[in-house]
Amino acid sequence: METLEQIKVRAEAAISGVRLELLANGSVATQSSMLVDPTHAIALATFLRDDPELRLDYASNVTGVDWPDAVTKEKVKIKRVIEGVEKEVEETIERTRPGYLEAVYHLYSMELKHGPLVLRQRTENRTDRVHVASLTPIYRGAEFQEREAYDLYGIQFDGHPDLRRILMWDEFKDYPMRKDYVEPDDYEYEPTPHDEVLEKAQRHYPEGGQP
Amino acid sequence: MSEQLQEPDLVPPHPPGWTEEKVADGFSVPATPSEQPGFQISQRAEVRPGLEGEYLEVAIGPHHPSTHGVFRMDAVLDGERVMKLKPVFGYLHRNHEKIAEMTTYLGSMPYTDRLDYFCSLTNNWAYALTVEKLAGLQVPERAEYIRVITAELTRLLNHVCLIGFLTHDMGALGTPLMYAFREREKILDLFESLTGARMMCNYMRFGGCRVELPSGWLEAVRLLVDGFPRFLDEFDNLLSTNEIILARTQGVGILSAAKAINSSVTGPMLRASGVNYDIRKVDHYGIYDRFSFRVPLGDHGDVYDRYMIRVLEMRESLEILKQALRDIPGGPIIDPKAKLRNFKPKVGEAYGRIESPKGELGFYIISDGSANPYRYRVRPPSMINLTILEDMCLGHTVADTVVILGAVDIVMGEVDR
Amino acid sequence: MLGTGMIKGMVETARNFAGSYFEPERMPTIEYPDERQKLPENSRSFPFLVFDGEDPEKGLRCVACKICEKECPPQCIYIILERDEKGKAQKHPRTFDIDVSVCMSCQICVEVCPFDAIKMDTSFELSTDDRFEGLLIHKSSLAKSNDYYRGIHPTEAEEVDARLAAEKAKAEAKAKPVAAKPATPAPAAKPVPA
Repeated sequence: METLEQIKVRAEAAISGVRLELLANGSVATQSSMLVDPTHAIALATFLRDDPELRLDYASNVTGVDWPDAVTKEKVKIKRVIEGVEKEVEETIERTRPGYLEAVYHLYSMELKHGPLVLRQRTENRTDRVHVASLTPIYRGAEFQEREAYDLYGIQFDGHPDLRRILMWDEFKDYPMRKDYVEPDDYEYEPTPHDEVLEKAQRHYPEGGQP
Repeated sequence: MSEQLQEPDLVPPHPPGWTEEKVADGFSVPATPSEQPGFQISQRAEVRPGLEGEYLEVAIGPHHPSTHGVFRMDAVLDGERVMKLKPVFGYLHRNHEKIAEMTTYLGSMPYTDRLDYFCSLTNNWAYALTVEKLAGLQVPERAEYIRVITAELTRLLNHVCLIGFLTHDMGALGTPLMYAFREREKILDLFESLTGARMMCNYMRFGGCRVELPSGWLEAVRLLVDGFPRFLDEFDNLLSTNEIILARTQGVGILSAAKAINSSVTGPMLRASGVNYDIRKVDHYGIYDRFSFRVPLGDHGDVYDRYMIRVLEMRESLEILKQALRDIPGGPIIDPKAKLRNFKPKVGEAYGRIESPKGELGFYIISDGSANPYRYRVRPPSMINLTILEDMCLGHTVADTVVILGAVDIVMGEVDR
Repeated sequence: MLGTGMIKGMVETARNFAGSYFEPERMPTIEYPDERQKLPENSRSFPFLVFDGEDPEKGLRCVACKICEKECPPQCIYIILERDEKGKAQKHPRTFDIDVSVCMSCQICVEVCPFDAIKMDTSFELSTDDRFEGLLIHKSSLAKSNDYYRGIHPTEAEEVDARLAAEKAKAEAKAKPVAAKPATPAPAAKPVPA
């Protein structure tokens, strides 16, 4: 299979207006991924499936990932004028990367037996603008997996024929796999609690702190 | 006396008064994606003119002896014929993925046993393979051979029990199932003497296997492999030419190759539709390129092909086992650089997959440099093979639905995680 | 002829049925509890603590380092360290509870223990009628002697004993020149009684 850079060049030539970005992967596995904007995701998926050299017709894995707001602190040396004297002062700059939800697709080719191509779509934020394009019209196998990403993360897939909860029951609120999910307080007696379980259990012990 | 035959009411695709929104007190089966533009279904549900009636919405399951675990199918029936079928699962959802985010990498290994609880050693291998890909660990040769031997034994016991369950669903009430379980017991005894537990083996580690083979284990496997073909011949004699099985499985649940590829179907179900895609041959993971084995393919894509593919795959597994037992070298069992405690792989992500007996079992792990994974995802073959269940069942009777579901080979631990 | 497949199948079933009276291969049933199957050596059910010698308290190998408690995936081990009157930590657990209803017999506690203090037992007939207290096993029932361990897992116990004896000999050999130094400056060092 060609490298991601070559695919990116050809895709940008074939589809007008698509914005692609290549993301590197730090681990030893070196499976770099391609980020696509949701408006052109379907066009890109059709291109990847129908292109004679790629023929990526098999969506192996569709999943969601939650990236909450990340604050990175960086110590930078800045020249500042203090009392008339220019001095180099060390300051800490805080950068906030806003959080988003991500849908990751692993595409393989059954015809040409190569792959994987990792495709990513990102939402704009984690609260209200959580729409991405659904690739179910192109890859039918993504149907249940996109429903699961909706159920557990809250990512809305536009164009999905039947977007409902799949693993949780239909009246469930909130999205369990998010990093800031708070479990309901359903205490059950456990003889050997420690760490987080102990904190939760202690709220229910009678005064005195023992079960 | 001429009787005016009443012109039958033309039944609309949905009964009158049906809405697609959720009905508060009952359930209403949402629209089939096949009715949306862009999808085609392979069979139109036939309704013979003059015999249309009211549609019956019924839930097949979750309490049902014929479904594989707690699994529900919301079906809309016209008499006995299925008009719509929606699989509903989630009764066994334990949120394994979230637990894995709170546990260390090693601590998730016993939980992977419980995903596809029928074949625990292949689940272990898939997880160990992904973490080895993520962290760059090398597996010594002897450990690779042991992994192949245990994985093929697992494939044997899964396929033989699947045939038993399929015939049980068809009404054979346990005789082939008990024969299958007799062989399964022999393999489970082997696993117990190797790993300590019959089903929840927890045997693979990152970089190799947990413990050295006990003395005499390879001879016991050799004895089993030598005796297995005779059992398979008996099983074949009993089942493959049986007229009842032929009548109930041939032509039922046909799945075309193009549809199977588009629906991400993998495993024996895909190969029964004629697509030559076996991850052991495509990815060359482990040391599978040292063994010569064939990949059986089906012609029709019906339930009988899926049954026959599994019988043929068992024979191929025996070939692989014979070759592995002949060639296994000595040496270390685990990579010396692998750590049990405080194992922190570098930041990054990896997707590793193997050919489990049910299909493609994949793990997608994102690491953020700490001792717990950041994102841990299991790609369950059973759940994804269910995507196409509705299209296969349309137009068939309820009895055929049970047979088709049996041939898909699902295990709820994997579907729901 | 229609029906040959079924007749072939019936012949197989008849052969199995007749064979189940005298062929051992077709008689897989074991009449439990009158007969019991001999478990293989490696089989594991739930953990237990090993003590050397006769006294379960003094000979206990466990030093309450809490590594097994931390590594246990379902967190079923509960250890409280023994402290003396001044609050100094003794190398001994005051309580060591295992909740057997939570334990999934994964054996990770055995793998990570640096002192070979916790090993897997093979007894599985632990049923009780009290769901919480009956399945919470305390240190007194968990502590079993090294001879018991040698009885259930002979090869493992042999290897563990050999390793512990080798480590003890190495520790004593290192202690010998340190002890002999302040004794006499004579070149022939006094042999320390082993």
